[in-house]
Amino acid sequence: MAVLEISNLQKSFLSPDGTRRAIIGIGSFSLAERAQMALRGESGSGKTTFLNLIAGILRPDSGRVSVAGREMSALSEPHRDRLRATTIGYVFQTFNLLQGYTCLENVLLGMSFGAGVDRGLAHKLLERVGLGGHLRHYPRQLSSGQQQRVAVARALANRPNLVLADEPTGNLDPVNAREVLALIRDTCRENSAALLFVSHDREALGQFEEVQDFHQINQPTPP
Amino acid sequence: MVYKSLRQHAFSTVLTAFSVALAGGLLMSVWAVREQSHAAFTGLTGGFDAVLGARSAKLQLVLNAIFHLEESPGNLAWADYLEIQGNPNVELAVPIAMGDNFRGYRLVGTSPDLFDRAEYAPGKRYTPRPLGRVFDPTAREAVAGSFVAQRLGLKRGDVIHPFHGLLFDEEKEHSETYVIVGVLEPTNTPADRVIWIPLEGLQKMSGHDPKAASDISAVLVKLKAGSAVAGQRLSLLYNKEGARLTLAWPIGQIMAQLFAKIAWFDHVLELVAYLVALVATGSIIAGIYNSMNERRREIAILRALGAHRGTVFSSIILEAAATAALGMLVGFLFYGAMMTVVASIVRTQTGVVLEPQSFHQIMVWAPAGLIALSALSGIIPAMKAYRTDVAENLAPIS
Repeated sequence: MAVLEISNLQKSFLSPDGTRRAIIGIGSFSLAERAQMALRGESGSGKTTFLNLIAGILRPDSGRVSVAGREMSALSEPHRDRLRATTIGYVFQTFNLLQGYTCLENVLLGMSFGAGVDRGLAHKLLERVGLGGHLRHYPRQLSSGQQQRVAVARALANRPNLVLADEPTGNLDPVNAREVLALIRDTCRENSAALLFVSHDREALGQFEEVQDFHQINQPTPP
Repeated sequence: MVYKSLRQHAFSTVLTAFSVALAGGLLMSVWAVREQSHAAFTGLTGGFDAVLGARSAKLQLVLNAIFHLEESPGNLAWADYLEIQGNPNVELAVPIAMGDNFRGYRLVGTSPDLFDRAEYAPGKRYTPRPLGRVFDPTAREAVAGSFVAQRLGLKRGDVIHPFHGLLFDEEKEHSETYVIVGVLEPTNTPADRVIWIPLEGLQKMSGHDPKAASDISAVLVKLKAGSAVAGQRLSLLYNKEGARLTLAWPIGQIMAQLFAKIAWFDHVLELVAYLVALVATGSIIAGIYNSMNERRREIAILRALGAHRGTVFSSIILEAAATAALGMLVGFLFYGAMMTVVASIVRTQTGVVLEPQSFHQIMVWAPAGLIALSALSGIIPAMKAYRTDVAENLAPIS
């Protein structure tokens, strides 16, 4: 069964010159439960927009996005927020940790919008990503690799069905990139979450069994 | 989230809370001083209903005879005292004379009736502390008010040299000496800042005009029950039919007229307090609004994690309200400090006691109002937070 199903998805933006520019045009796309797929695409190809459409952060012009059996695009904004919090984990290239919160608090905050605060699970997740001794550290006190590990723990905090990873190794050195990627894949497996990974990094993409070219899936047509 | 945000923007939180504290403290102080002083000055009559004195403004008579402020408008003859004392509408008439001081505190000559018969409040007499007593009217003895005694360190057995005039001038020392035979229990009235001596002692003090030796400064009058009619009769007698003397009656109403005359000053103070409150809420808007740019990414992250727009909106409102609430906690300290200073000045100048600890409704309304106003002012930055575009602020885009 698919955790993510997309059909006829269209998204365009208004350019500064007043013309409308099509960014996304995906006829059909799906991701099975617990599957791990990588999408290859250059910068500016619309990968982030695609992930934001899946997460319900953006609304499509038309088409259908279904996550865990619920049609994201048909939901009201509060319901989309709720569905995102409970079923989707998001890992960003720039980590997007809240600087005023400790590692533990960043994970707990993620929980507070979803399944509810579970300190035991938060501890366990941070230990799993190798930061059991850094619970009370603030992001600025951590290395880039450590910060991304916190982001991974936070993404899994609500036991999501689907993890979206947007260039999560883009800001890391090769050693950290390999470690973090392995961690994301392993923890997704352990938590039975499907993983949709987008990147243009050949080495990172090489770790995946299933890699698709984003430009083959995405063929926007002018509006 | 609110606590974290307040901590993250600690400097602006403290500055804003400080301005709220100042506004709240000022607002409560202005209100409390006005209410308390109005109640104190219109309610403090020393147990008397009227003051009889030389022809003058009623307010001057009351301020001089009851509050021991202002100059005496002139003297009246002993016969005038005897006349009003014998009036069937009068229950008690106590003569007073003034014109001397001891280190700036007034010496007031009076008769023992003030201590034996007058009640400054129902059931409360001017009573010397244990071991003390009232002066002997024929001796050079004095009874000190509690505030003077405390300020000048006077105690039973001390000897004082009066000085001529109401203002202290070292070169105008009288040759007579008086022995303190008692210190009054605190009455929280202007009587606390006076040294009482026998009437005759003041009248015949060396250097005073011998021709006016039997004159007095005023008569404190207590009317018999049903004092409204009695007061009207006496007022008619002295103020309309006579042209030589003035009867200031009723004392509370005359003081209320004074407050009515200076009401504009209250309004100015109130206006200042409201303006400060407005500036404080303005600073809350400015503080949060200015930080919105740096918060955009944070808000976008929260939204990406699943926070509703409403959650973000209400957290900003709550932050504004919490800043005001923090400010009001400090505001109560400001209030306490301001009231203590004002109460001390008022007591030193008039003998009237204001109580910083006493409860006023404004102590509920001011914090509630400022917190509500601040929460309301939070709507502007909260709307900005509400409208934050998540995708745009979750940089970078690949």
